[in-house]
Amino acid sequence: MKVEINVNGTATTADVEPRTLLVHYLRDNLGLKATNIGCDTTSCGACTVLLDGESVKSCTVLAAQADGLSVTTMEGLSDDGTLSHPVTAAFRQEHGLQCGFCTPGMVMAAVSLIEENPDLTEADVRSGLEGNLCRCTGYHNIVRAVLVAAGKDPDA
Amino acid sequence: MSILGTRVHRVEDPAFLTKGGTYTDDLTDERLAGALHLTLVRSPIAHATITSIDTSAAKQAPGVVAVLTAADCDLEPVLVFDRANKKMVRPYLATDRVRFVGEPVAAVLTEHPYQGEDAAELVDVDYDPLPAVVDVEAALNGEVLLFPEAGTNVATAKGSADPGAGFFADCEVVVTKQILNQRVAPAPLETRAAAAAWDDGRYTVFCSNQNAQGTRDDLAERLGVDVADVHVILPDVGGGFGAKIGADPEYVLVAWLARRLGRPVRWSESRSENMTGLVHGRAQHQTITIGGDRDGTVKAYQLKIVGEAGAYPAFGAALPNLTGMMARGTYDIARKHSSYVSVVTNTTPTGAYRGAGRPEATQAIERAMDLFARAIGMDPADVRRKNFIAPEQFPYEITDEISYDTGEYAKALDLALRSAGYEQLRAEQARRRERGDTKLLGIGLSSYVEITAGGGASENGSVEVHPDGTVTVLTGSSPHGQGHATAWAMLAHEQLGIPMEKITVRHGDTDQIPEGAGTMGSRSLQTGGIAVHKAAGELVELAKQRAADLLEADVADLVVDKDVAAITVAGVPSARKITFAELAAQEQLRVHTEWDAGKATFPFGAHVAVVEVDAETGKAAVQRIWAVDDAGPVLNPLLFDGQRHGGIAQGIAQAMLEEVTYDEDGQPLAASFADYGIPSAAELPSFDLVGMETPTDANPLGYKGIGEAGTIGSCPAVQNAVIDAVAHLGVDHIDMPLTPVRVWTAIQQAAGGAK
Ligand code: FES
Ligand code: FES
Repeated sequence: MKVEINVNGTATTADVEPRTLLVHYLRDNLGLKATNIGCDTTSCGACTVLLDGESVKSCTVLAAQADGLSVTTMEGLSDDGTLSHPVTAAFRQEHGLQCGFCTPGMVMAAVSLIEENPDLTEADVRSGLEGNLCRCTGYHNIVRAVLVAAGKDPDA
Repeated sequence: MSILGTRVHRVEDPAFLTKGGTYTDDLTDERLAGALHLTLVRSPIAHATITSIDTSAAKQAPGVVAVLTAADCDLEPVLVFDRANKKMVRPYLATDRVRFVGEPVAAVLTEHPYQGEDAAELVDVDYDPLPAVVDVEAALNGEVLLFPEAGTNVATAKGSADPGAGFFADCEVVVTKQILNQRVAPAPLETRAAAAAWDDGRYTVFCSNQNAQGTRDDLAERLGVDVADVHVILPDVGGGFGAKIGADPEYVLVAWLARRLGRPVRWSESRSENMTGLVHGRAQHQTITIGGDRDGTVKAYQLKIVGEAGAYPAFGAALPNLTGMMARGTYDIARKHSSYVSVVTNTTPTGAYRGAGRPEATQAIERAMDLFARAIGMDPADVRRKNFIAPEQFPYEITDEISYDTGEYAKALDLALRSAGYEQLRAEQARRRERGDTKLLGIGLSSYVEITAGGGASENGSVEVHPDGTVTVLTGSSPHGQGHATAWAMLAHEQLGIPMEKITVRHGDTDQIPEGAGTMGSRSLQTGGIAVHKAAGELVELAKQRAADLLEADVADLVVDKDVAAITVAGVPSARKITFAELAAQEQLRVHTEWDAGKATFPFGAHVAVVEVDAETGKAAVQRIWAVDDAGPVLNPLLFDGQRHGGIAQGIAQAMLEEVTYDEDGQPLAASFADYGIPSAAELPSFDLVGMETPTDANPLGYKGIGEAGTIGSCPAVQNAVIDAVAHLGVDHIDMPLTPVRVWTAIQQAAGGAK
């Protein structure tokens, strides 16, 4: 079947099997490999992207369900390959990533979290990121990065 | 100003935060063009004989190019851990018997991964079930053998379980306890993946791994070819934690299939596959016995271990030996005895997992210290202080060949206690108990020492300055999140003055870097880092030799002007300067060097954990943790603290949440992320890190390793804290993970026992 999805501001289209997951569409049809797959039970959030501005786990969305909608992946946060977005800049500044595998999903979850609630506390960040797992950082610096990106003082 | 010791942001990050890392499954390398996708059919049964395999239906399915079984595979079964019982060899695809749920039985190769999933369902395997050996007692009694030809389920063993008459004879108090250091899953967020091509008599293998060169050697041996005929390339690696060391059987199979089928082959496992296919960690059943006097002096300590090797002995069968070696921890105990038996069971094989052998030693001795303190009615901090190895006792011999290098154990504990406000915490705990508060406070301590670079303290490094002023550093380490590209560039920059952004660190390609021992056992900075430091120093000397003529000066009078990355004459501001780049333009300016410390180092520290336990539900939550982790001077606090954070989280996770269990038939009960709880941000606190730096004499910069320290320190502190919270109710021990059910049950049993 044919799907048309706006991805990071660009119209894309492809003929896919009906069972094609959005994450595979992004990775295999479009070659956008930032979005990762870390599980097969909707548990890890490595595949988090924005679908019409809402964060979703792209391993549980069919490409067909995204037909006609717009998707933002981490690649779409910067058009010049720099850390011009406050969330990616804060992740670097606060060392919110180590192996980087959870990072694209974590960053997109953070973007959506800050969008929904600009007045975040540490507790809000921790509960807001519950669906995104990281095995490397212990979350300490991820939480700091999200607070910094939201304009909060992480040491307060 | 020196860059060493400063907080430098990672040079790796811009790529990771824009296009994302390039992991094995992301590769678009042209050598992999037209690759087939491997889907493995894995055993759903823990122990069975295979009576037949019918692949005919699968072969007819859409997109299927081949379906292979053991009958098609001419790879020799491998003794994964070479000091295990020689009969316990592992085939790449199961032959006549399967020994754990998840063991590969057939290989399905398709044009597209989805087709592989479909076709794998059609492979018809007939299993004739055998009784499963799941617990270690059943393994030890040997009624059912996994390898009948071995005549035993014992994979490795050392020492007598009897320490001898009189071992505890002069002790006023002796306490003994059976404790479990439970089986856990390493769960790196990137599962395993490999991709291989065979071209012109040579294998090219990309894989997710912690050591390119070791894996190349393993692959060559297992594929039966020369080392020169294997090229291993490690793309970005999404975490390893010890579980991605060496050539996994699946990696060997991927390479073999690429040759056999004449097309590149790719494999990327699902998380559910990873949970049973990747090695597990820990899995030690321990008996601790501690004896001493009422004044707090510990005189004798015995640690008896039964380790689970899983179905095919891998590195996990070696780890109880390391646990035994590190058993005494930070204490000067007159008599120490350890012994172990490692057995095979119908479960996933065990291997290294963050700390690998040392967390098990620390957990045991730190539990023992608390049990002893309780038995003599002394504060656990005081008992520890009474028995610490004193600073003047270093080097402190622990075996004929190995000594603790440097340590300030009492200082570390006191610093952690002071930071935490120990007295106030104890007072708050007492207040809550007095007023019958159901929210109980628990305070747990741990003191630890661990061994880093224990598997070998040598590594190589190269530094080359190019005529355009850029620098290439080659290293034998294989980072997978640790930040070596930043750290090694800092070390080169420190001596050359060349800006960080002009320095590129390369690793993990065996054609570019033929030698290397990889990244594991917290070895990298003190081996690979020091090799780069040494190479940069030698490069400066080489540059001085070459500059001497040009500057018409004595080599001894030359210095580096770091502001301009040049050689000049000391103390003569007007002297000419010749840059490294200019020297490189005249003749290649490159140094390759080998560094060997000749010995391991012993980081140490102390953690204090505070937990709150709901006495009515048994639910425990970690509120704070203060960590003193002393690994010598810090190269980059950003990276150093990041390692501690991740380590502390994994220690807390083992104490509180994680466990791989099996039912009596050997079915894993935690075989996906839906039922194995690696913690999220919501389940962890922020961490309080306290600094302390005691250099080692093993290398010129005094560095020890920090990768595993956090895990080793935090896990016993948290377990001790939860038990401490309910100690006044009569509880003296609860096995990990400290789930509400376990804590609640312990409280009920203690209450019942008291009646
Ligand atoms: S891959 Fe989508 S939640 Fe794990
Ligand atoms: S940085 Fe490795 S999983 Fe988060």
